Order: sequence, then structure tokens, then C-alpha cells
Amino acid sequence: MLDNNQLLRFTTAGSVDDGKSTLIGRLLYDSKSIFEDQLAAIESTSKKKGHDGVDMALFTDGLRDEREQGITIDVAYRYFTTPKRKFIIADTPGHIQYTRNMVTGASTANAAIILVDARHGVIEQTKRHAFIASLLQIPHIIVCINKMDLVDFSEKAYESIINQFEEFSSKLLVKDVRFIPISALLGDNVVNRSENMSWYQGAPLLHTLETMHISSDINKVDARFPVQTVLRPQNESHRDYRGYAGRIAGGVFRVGDEVIVLPSGFTSRIKTIDVLDEALEEAYAPMSISMTLDDDIDISRGDMIVRTKNRPKTTQDLEVMLCWLHDDASKPRAKYSIRHTSNDQKAMIKEVIYKFDINTLDRNSDDKILEMNDISKVKIRTTKPLMVDEYRENRTTGSIILIDDATNETVAAGMIV
Amino acid sequence: MSKYYLNYLDELESEAIFVLREVWAQFDNPVILFSGGKDSILVTHLAKKAFYPAKIPFPLMHVDTGHNFPETIKFRDDIIKELGVNLIVGSVQESIDEGRVAEEKGKSATRNALQITTLLDAIEAHKVDCAIGGGRRDEEKARAKERFFSHRDDFGQWDPKNQRPELWNIFNGKHFEGEHFRAFPISNWTEMDVWNYIKRENIAIPSLYFAHEREVVWRQESWIPNSEYLTLEDHEEIVVKKVRFRTLGDITITGGIESDADTLEKIAEEVSGMRQTERGNRSDDKRSESAMEDRKRQGYF
Repeated sequence: MLDNNQLLRFTTAGSVDDGKSTLIGRLLYDSKSIFEDQLAAIESTSKKKGHDGVDMALFTDGLRDEREQGITIDVAYRYFTTPKRKFIIADTPGHIQYTRNMVTGASTANAAIILVDARHGVIEQTKRHAFIASLLQIPHIIVCINKMDLVDFSEKAYESIINQFEEFSSKLLVKDVRFIPISALLGDNVVNRSENMSWYQGAPLLHTLETMHISSDINKVDARFPVQTVLRPQNESHRDYRGYAGRIAGGVFRVGDEVIVLPSGFTSRIKTIDVLDEALEEAYAPMSISMTLDDDIDISRGDMIVRTKNRPKTTQDLEVMLCWLHDDASKPRAKYSIRHTSNDQKAMIKEVIYKFDINTLDRNSDDKILEMNDISKVKIRTTKPLMVDEYRENRTTGSIILIDDATNETVAAGMIV
Repeated sequence: MSKYYLNYLDELESEAIFVLREVWAQFDNPVILFSGGKDSILVTHLAKKAFYPAKIPFPLMHVDTGHNFPETIKFRDDIIKELGVNLIVGSVQESIDEGRVAEEKGKSATRNALQITTLLDAIEAHKVDCAIGGGRRDEEKARAKERFFSHRDDFGQWDPKNQRPELWNIFNGKHFEGEHFRAFPISNWTEMDVWNYIKRENIAIPSLYFAHEREVVWRQESWIPNSEYLTLEDHEEIVVKKVRFRTLGDITITGGIESDADTLEKIAEEVSGMRQTERGNRSDDKRSESAMEDRKRQGYF
């Protein structure tokens, strides 16, 4: 592998019937990421269950209950590498009741693969997946129109599905959508170009994943540094060292930059940027670094260091697209813990503005109780100010989770609008 | 002109350092579970980076089965001295002597499952609220379902079907008294990534990973090292082979592979051509399809 190879994270959405497992199996198998002992184990289980051939779903379904029931319960992560990139697949179940898993897998993805069965075209599930991909602002969407072999590799069938999808997706906020006609089973346009569809001029799926431009997926303009912890070694060689440790959430920081610490408002200049014993001139998202400043300022976890001329919004009132993740429904005006970057505060859901029907995209403003898998627009008030950006500007400084203090469970995830 | 993007190893490193600092910020009493294997050595190296120029601010914990490779114990003691951190040892032998657990019987008996009790006892005795491990999602199918921050109830048990959702990089480590977390900073690394990084950073690892001559016996498709704990069966015979180990566990159950790879470059090259998973040589995972899930539910690493 080359030193400049990047990491690309993608989700796969679709049901077993769409050929999702077959597609993942093919990507893993063709990139030599399935090992012989794993394949042997799957083959023997397939035989025991009386399947013809090898059931690739067994490869991704890791829990006993999943294998026994033949369903995917939880997100499974899979890995493969080509000479050009390393890939992480978040394989998420496609059923309606698993919105929370789709949202989880989507939250860190650079790309989403949405599978459409060429015989059935765009169905409700396709719309749901596209909606969640747009809601979570996955930068790139690849619609794979699968089972082209079952529609005689027809260009007309392919075009008609593109039209169906575009009609629907024009209502969504998606920047980069591509369409690829494939047959996961036969391998057409997965790794190798299809000989059966010479009318398709685009690249096969793997080549698309290997070459798509992802360096701009992270905001490199607005410099944001949430402080995770403070390093004070107090040993002989570093007696006065006071390093602010964290992972840069956006933009580029350089030694000498004039910065402001929020929420206190103190200003200073960056003295050093350190990674282990190496001093850097500049650092950028998503690097984990430690930073020292010219002046001795009281800074602690939850504070944010930004440039003086480019600041996030400091506010106690948020409008959030909220996905409810827990069996326990929301309680009206109940208090929750809210976590935003490294900042922990208390918060209250002041108002449910509307709920989305994720199949029709209709808004319902009468139903005010948030239940598992609901996606709603809400107003939240926090006890202390948070330093936030809109989620579409920055996925790190624009996201929050809510925690129920009675159970310590994560009950909701939100995107700031 | 800078490129302003990270390569895959830098991104994995940055993610792991973020997780380690998040553990330090969210827990009162974390430890690194240190087995002397390459993954826990890697986690320790990343912790050194995460807190430099300060020392790693928490101890290493070793669950000692008593069935060790002598090389591993020496390596452990050297690294403790070098880093200036504390070591906590949980001894399976003591658990046996105290009657907390009983030795397995029969020819395939191991102390592998016995470690669970010792580990949970050590976690309780030292009031550990987060045990950082070197588990990776690519290792095994139950591990593929792990969170970065993984909750354990007050019996130390994992409930894989009822895990906290983990979105973006926001980790919820809130817990009640008596419960603890396991944290897995290198969840997203593959075996190949680990070797490429060890090579790049020139991290010291035990000599057992490099090809060397050793007395071994052929058992369950791999070369099991000769040791005082080994009981030979009638048809088995001890031979000398040039072997190395892909993973390190109990000396009684860790099988070696025949190899000439005696440098990090050669190991990385050899691993990239491997067609078997690294745990394929671990008889603890061969017991059943759910062997790892079952042990993890009870509190295993």
C-alpha cells in the first residue's frame, strides 16, 4: 500500500432480498478479504441449514441470534483493502424498525450504497434509506441498481429507475448521487466492467469507491478545536507544559494563529502544536494533537479553541433534527444530559415542532411524543451555552446526543439545523 | 504545499488517540488490559502518544494464566520499567488456589475460560471502571459487533443485543456504581493495519512474533510449543521447527506457523499473503461457532 492511501467509510443499506449480502460478499471475496477458515465455517453452516451454495449473510451476521433467526440485528463492521484504499463497511439492517442502526452506521460514513432491485424499482425502503443518508449528510450516495441480469441488462429499465429516484430525491439535500447498474451475483460492474451492459459508460462500483474525492468531506475552512483534556506532565523536562489535547473538528490551525477560547472569550496565540515529541507547524481535521498557547489561561474539557475571526454560534437554544433511539418514549419537558463534542450539559426538549413520516416525508405537527425510530424537528434549551455549527457545515460540531440520567442510556441523536 | 488529508494509518491513529483521551476524561479508574501480545502493545504505544509528554496516567493490568511464554513476561516487565507505569497482575493460579475456579479436565483442558473470573475479580478489587482492550472488529464475528465504549453490567456481562447506539464520535461512558466499561481504541484496525503501523513506528514486540527455532508438536492443524504444561499423546512427537506466532495467548493453546519471516518487513509481507485468519491457530476459538460470543457475554476480553 502507498503512504497516501486514504480510509473510506461507507454504509450499505438494503434488505437481504436486494442482494446486499451478495454484494458485500463479492467485494470482500474479490479483494481477498475473506479467509479460507471463515469461508469453510460459512460453507459448513450453510450446508447444515440446507441452503444451496454459500449464504454470504452468515459472514456479516455475527451474533448467534442473528444466525439462528436469519436477520441482522445490529450494525456489523467489515474491512477490506485494495491497493488504492482501505475501506470500512458499516453493514446496517434495512427493516423499518432498525432506523436507529441505519442512523448509527450513517453517522461516520463518507458514502452510502443504496441497493435497488431492478425488477421492483424505487420502493418505500429505498426512499427511507435515501432520506436517512441525506439527513445524516453522507457526502456521496451511490445507487446500485442490482439484479440487472433479471431485466435482460436493459438500459431502459435502468433509466426508468434513475428517473424514479431523482423525482424523489429532488426533495432531499444530497450533493453527489451516482447510479451504477450491477449484478452482484454475476459480478457485473462490481469489480469488473460489465460486458453485458456496454451502454453504461461509467465506472464499476469498486473503481468508483477507490477514486471518489473524499478529502473535502471534512470541513477544512472553519477551524474548531474542542478540548478533550489538559496535559500537565509536571515532570522535570516539561515542568510548565500545559497542553490542550483533542481532535481537531474542523479547519486548519497554525503556530502563531490568534485564537479565542470559548465560552470564556480569552484570546491568545498558538505557541506549539505537538504530536508525541514532534512539533508541527500546522495541523488539520481530523488530527489528534496537543496544543500550547502563549498565555496562561484557564481552559478545561468542554471548552473550544477557534480562530478569533471565525467563530461558531454560542447559544442555549438549538433547533435539532432528532432521531429517537430508545424503547422508552420521550417525556414532555423532561431533562436529559446533552453531550456536544466534549461538552456535557443538561437540556430540555422544549417543543416538538413536527415529526417526519420517513416513508412519505410528510410532516405531522400533532403527534408530540417521540418514540423509537421517530425522526422529528425539536427545540432544545440547554442550561449553559454550547458552541455549535450547523450539522451540514460540520458533522462534529453540529451533532449532539441525549442521555437519560435515570438509566444512563443514550436515548436520542440530533443534528443541529 | 500540504495535502490536508490523512492517510489511513494516520486516521486510525488519530481515532485511537481520541478514544484513549476520552476514556481518561470520562472514567475515574481506567486500566489497559495488557497481555504482552501485539495488539495490547499497540494500544500501550498509542496511549503513550495520547498523553505525551505526561506519562500514561493509568496502570496496565495483566491477567496471568500461569501458562506463559517466558518471553512475554520479560517483555511485560521491561515495558513497565520503560514507561514508568504501575502493573496490576490478576493471577489465575491464585483464583484456582482460592477455589474461585476449577481447572478444566481432559486433554484439551486450558485456562482460557478461567481468566474470566480472575479478570472480573481484579476489576472489582481495584475498582476499575474502564478496562481498555486491544480487541479488533476484524478478529472475530462477535467482536465485529463491539462498540468503542462497551457497557458491562455489575456482573461483568455483555449484552450484545442491547448495546448503546454509538453515533459520530460521541461516546457515552456513563455508568452506575459496580458497572464498568470496556473500551476498544483499535476497533477499526485490521491485522494488516497493525503490522503496517508497527513497522512504520518501529514498535518493539516480543521475539515470539519473529521466526525462530523451537520445540513443537503438531496438534489441531498448528504447531503447539513444548512447555512444562504440555502432555503428549501417544501418537504425538516433539520436533524442532522454524516457527513464529501470529497471536500470543496461553502457551498451551497458541499455535505457531512455519515461517522464515524474521524481520517486520518480512512479517508484513507474509501476513498480506495469508489465507487463514490469525485466530485460526487459537484452539480457544475452535470450540464452537459462538465460542467467542459466549465467553464475551460472561465477561471475557
